[in-house]
Amino acid sequence: MELYEYKAHQLQKMLAQKEISSVELTKAVLNRLREKEEDVEAYITVTEEIALAQANASDQKRMAGEKMGPLAGIPFAVKDNICTKDIRTTCGSHILEPYYPPYQATAFAKMQKEGAVLLGKTNMDEFGMGSSTETSYYKKTKNPCSLDRVPGGSSGGSAAAVAAQEAIFALGSDTGGSIRQPASFCGVVGIKPTYGLVSRFGLVAFASSFDQIGPLGQDVQDCATVLTALAGKDEKDETTVESGGKDYTKALTNGIRGMRVGLPKEYFGPGISEEVKAAVLKAAKVLEYLGANVEELSLPDTEYALPAYYLISSAEASSNLARYDGIRYGFRAENCKDLQDVYFKTRSEGFGDEVKRRIMLGTFALSAGYYDAYYGRAQKARVQIRNQYQKAFGQYDLLLTPVSPMTAWKFGEKSANPLEMYTADICTVGVNIAGLCAISLPCGQDKDGLPIGAQIIGPPLGEEKIIQAAYALEKALEGGGK
Amino acid sequence: MEYEIVIGLEVHAELATQTKIFCNCTTQFGGDPNTHCCPVCLGFPGILPILNQKVVEYGVKAGLALNCTINPYSVMARKHYFYPDLPKAFQISQYDQPLCSGGYVEIGQGENRKQVRLNRIHIEEDAGKLVHEGFMTKMDANRCGVPLIEIVTEPDLRGAEEAKEFLETLRLTLLYMGVSDCRMEEGSMRCDVNISLRPLGQEEFGTRTEMKNLNSFRSVVRAIEYESARQKKLLEQGQEIVQETLHWDDATGMSSSMRSKEEANDYLYLPEPDILPVTVTEEEISAIKDTMPELPSVKKQKYAQAGLNEKEIDVLLANPVFNAFYEDVLAQNGNAKLCANWVLGGISRILNEKELDASAIPFRGSRLAALMQMEEKKEISHNMAERILNIMFDEDKEPQQIAKDHGFQMVNDDSQLRELCQKAMADNPNAVADYKAGKTKAISVLVGKVMAATKGMAPGAEVIKILTELLQQA
Repeated sequence: MELYEYKAHQLQKMLAQKEISSVELTKAVLNRLREKEEDVEAYITVTEEIALAQANASDQKRMAGEKMGPLAGIPFAVKDNICTKDIRTTCGSHILEPYYPPYQATAFAKMQKEGAVLLGKTNMDEFGMGSSTETSYYKKTKNPCSLDRVPGGSSGGSAAAVAAQEAIFALGSDTGGSIRQPASFCGVVGIKPTYGLVSRFGLVAFASSFDQIGPLGQDVQDCATVLTALAGKDEKDETTVESGGKDYTKALTNGIRGMRVGLPKEYFGPGISEEVKAAVLKAAKVLEYLGANVEELSLPDTEYALPAYYLISSAEASSNLARYDGIRYGFRAENCKDLQDVYFKTRSEGFGDEVKRRIMLGTFALSAGYYDAYYGRAQKARVQIRNQYQKAFGQYDLLLTPVSPMTAWKFGEKSANPLEMYTADICTVGVNIAGLCAISLPCGQDKDGLPIGAQIIGPPLGEEKIIQAAYALEKALEGGGK
Repeated sequence: MEYEIVIGLEVHAELATQTKIFCNCTTQFGGDPNTHCCPVCLGFPGILPILNQKVVEYGVKAGLALNCTINPYSVMARKHYFYPDLPKAFQISQYDQPLCSGGYVEIGQGENRKQVRLNRIHIEEDAGKLVHEGFMTKMDANRCGVPLIEIVTEPDLRGAEEAKEFLETLRLTLLYMGVSDCRMEEGSMRCDVNISLRPLGQEEFGTRTEMKNLNSFRSVVRAIEYESARQKKLLEQGQEIVQETLHWDDATGMSSSMRSKEEANDYLYLPEPDILPVTVTEEEISAIKDTMPELPSVKKQKYAQAGLNEKEIDVLLANPVFNAFYEDVLAQNGNAKLCANWVLGGISRILNEKELDASAIPFRGSRLAALMQMEEKKEISHNMAERILNIMFDEDKEPQQIAKDHGFQMVNDDSQLRELCQKAMADNPNAVADYKAGKTKAISVLVGKVMAATKGMAPGAEVIKILTELLQQA
C-alpha cells in the first residue's frame, strides 16, 4: 500500500512511531499529485516548496521530541477561497488574478499551528457559486471516480483531491452544500459545521450568513480530527460561537442504540433518483439494525428552502462582491476612459456568467420596491424553516436524507440551464438556512459505480451526534460491503 | 405671498474614539496618506469587521445628552454605492433599526424657546478621501472606518438663524460629552441641509432640495439664504421646485445640481450579516449616565443665575477645557463673577499673547484661586497679582512662593508706611507747598515717591489716606 492511500489517523501512528517521516509522506503525496493532476486537475496552485519545507520542519520538531498533534506532518489541501498569507488566493475567479492576501484565514492558521503540511489551493466554482466546479475561471476538475463527470461543487477541487489521493484531507467551504455535495459525488466524507462553529475570518465571503469552512476526508474519523482543530470562538469573527473546545474524536466510539432518527419524506419525493433513494433508505435500515429508532416525518416548509436560499445568498453575494471594482487589488480592465468605464469593464470582464447572474438576481432582490417581496419574504421563510427544524429536533436526535438528488453528472449536462443546476442543491440548502450541522458520507453506488452520499443532519452544535451516527454507519457499511 | 422656510438637517459627527469602528487603526487626523489603515478598513476579501464597543457607548452618550430613546436592540446595515473612496462599495451604517430614536434640542430664549425634534441618531463608518491633483486622483484611506454618528432632525427649523443656533447648541453638547471634537474645518462635523418653502399658514410641506458640502456654520447660513431665495423666486414665477441634491460651492456662494430624484441612488440596504445586532442594556445605559458631565445647557442657566452676561457665558462655554478650568477656580472661590473676570481677563489675555489654547494652561484652577485669595487678603495688589499670574505660566510654583521669590510683598505695616510718607514729604517740600496752596493733584508726586521707594509694593489707597492725613496736619 502506498503512503498516499492511508488515512490521516493511520499515518499519524506511523509518524509517531517514526516508521515514516513527514518528508517521505509529503513527497509520496506530491508524486501522486503530479501523476493524477494531468487527469483530475483538482489544484489551482500547488505549493510544493512550502510543503517540503513544512514537512521538514515538522520532522525536526518530532526529532526534537516536541509534542505533536494528530495532524502534524500530514499533507492537506485548501480550497482557494480560504486566504493563505502571501500565497495566491483566486476564489476560482479571474477578478482576483492576481491576489496574494497579506493575512491568514483563521482556519488555515489553525491548521498551520497543528503542523499540517500545505500542498496547495484547490479548484472551485467561481466564488463558490455552482454545484459542479465548472464555473471556475481556471480549469475543469474531473471526478476521480469517472473522469467524464463533474466532481460536484463548489468545493469540487478539495473533494477530488481527497478522492484521487492527491491530499490526505482538505478544507472546503459550504454555503448551500458546497462541502457535502462534492464529497458525495467523489465518495469521500465531508462536514458542514454549525454556523459559527468555525471562524470565517479570511474566508472570502460568498453569502456571509451561510458560509462555513469544514473538512473533507477519507473517513469520519479524519473529519472529526480536523473539525476538532478548526472549531472555536475567534475574536476576529463576531459570528463565531463558544463551543467549549470539544474533542469530536471522542464521539467516535459510542454506539447509537436508542437514537431517534427522522426521515423527512420531502427529501425522498419526486426528483430524487430511485437509486439514491434506495441507498439512503438502506442506510436507514442499517441504523435501525444498530439500534436507532428510525421514523418518517414531514417537513412541509422544505419546498421554500431552495427559493429562500437563492434569494438570500444572491443578495448577500451581490453585496460581498461589490468590492471587486478594479481599484485596489486583483484584475483591472485595460483602456478605460473614465471611472464608470473601470467599474463596468472590470466587472464585466472579471466575473463569469454565473457570478454575474447571482449579482443581478441579488441586486434585484434588494432593490427598493422589490425588497419586501423578495429579500423580505425570503427572510421570513428562513425563520419559518428554522422553526420547523427546531421543532423536529425536539422529537429526533438526527435526520437522515440524501445529499444530492442524483449522482455526479457529465460535464456540460446542466450548465445550459441554471435552474436545473440550482435544483441539485435541494437536499443541502435547508441545513445552511437553519444554521444546522450535517455530515455527508458514502452509502452506496449507482449502477455506473458512482458514489451515493447519505446526509446526517443534527441540531445547532450537534456535531458530536452526527459524527457518532456517521461513524457507526460507516463501520457497519464497511463490514457489510458497500 | 409670504413664504415660510422649512429646514431639516442631517449632521455627521466623527466620534472621538482612539480607534476605528471595526479595527484597531488610529482615528488620528492628519498622518501621511494611507498610513492609518489595514486590511479590515480597506475591506480586503475575507476580512470581517468587529464592532468597537466604544462607538456604541459614545452613540448612547450622545443620544442621552440629546434626549433620545436608546433602543435596546439595533441593527447594522450595508448601504451600497460605488465610489473609489468606499473600499467595500458599501458603507456599514444603520437603517431601519437605529441606535437612538426621537430626542430634541432646545434653542431660542424666552418666548422664542422651542424644541427641535430629532428623528434618530445612528452609528456608521466614514469613507476615505480622494485627493485630486491635476489629471490624477489619489485615494487616502486614513479616514476609512473612522466612526461617525449621523443625527437627523425633523423638519422643525424655520430659517438660517435657527439652523445656526441648533448647530451651535448641538456642537457644544457633543463637545462637552466628549463624544466628538466637532471641528468643521477638519471635517469632523459635517452637515447636509434639506430646504423647502411653503406659503405661510399652509400645513403641507413644499418640494425640498438637499444641499451638500457645507463645511462651516457660515456656509450653512449662506447656503440656506441662497437656496431659500432661489426657491422663493421660482415659486413667485409660478415654477415648480425640482426635488434634487445640490452641491454648495463656498467660493462662488452658489449651488449646482448633483443629481435629480430620478438619478437618486438605490442603496440596496442589507442587514449586515457579519456583525451581531447591537444590544444595550438598562445597566449599561445607567453606567453611561453616571459618567456624563454636566450639560452645557445646564451650565448656561447656572451662570446666568450667578449674574454673568450672555457674552461672558458664551466665551466660558466655547471650549470645554477652558470651561473646566473656570469651574475649577469657581469651586475654590465661589464668586462666579470675580472668577469670570480673572479667567476671561488675565488668563485669556495671556493665552492670546502666547497664542496658546486652554489645554496649555500649565496649572490647575486652585492656583489661580490661591492668587485671588492673596489679593483679597491684601497681601498683594491687583497689579502684583497680574504680574504673578504672568510668572505662573513660566514657573511651576505656588503664587505665594512666586511672590516671595520675586519680592512681591506688600508693605502693610502702618508705621513703616507713615515713615515713608513723612520722608517723601521731607524730600519734596515743593509738592507739599503746592498741595497746601490748593493744588491737591500734587499728592500724586508724593504717592509716586512712596511707590518708588517700595518698588510698587505699597497699597495705593492706604498711602493716599496717610499722605492726606499728614498733609492736613503739616
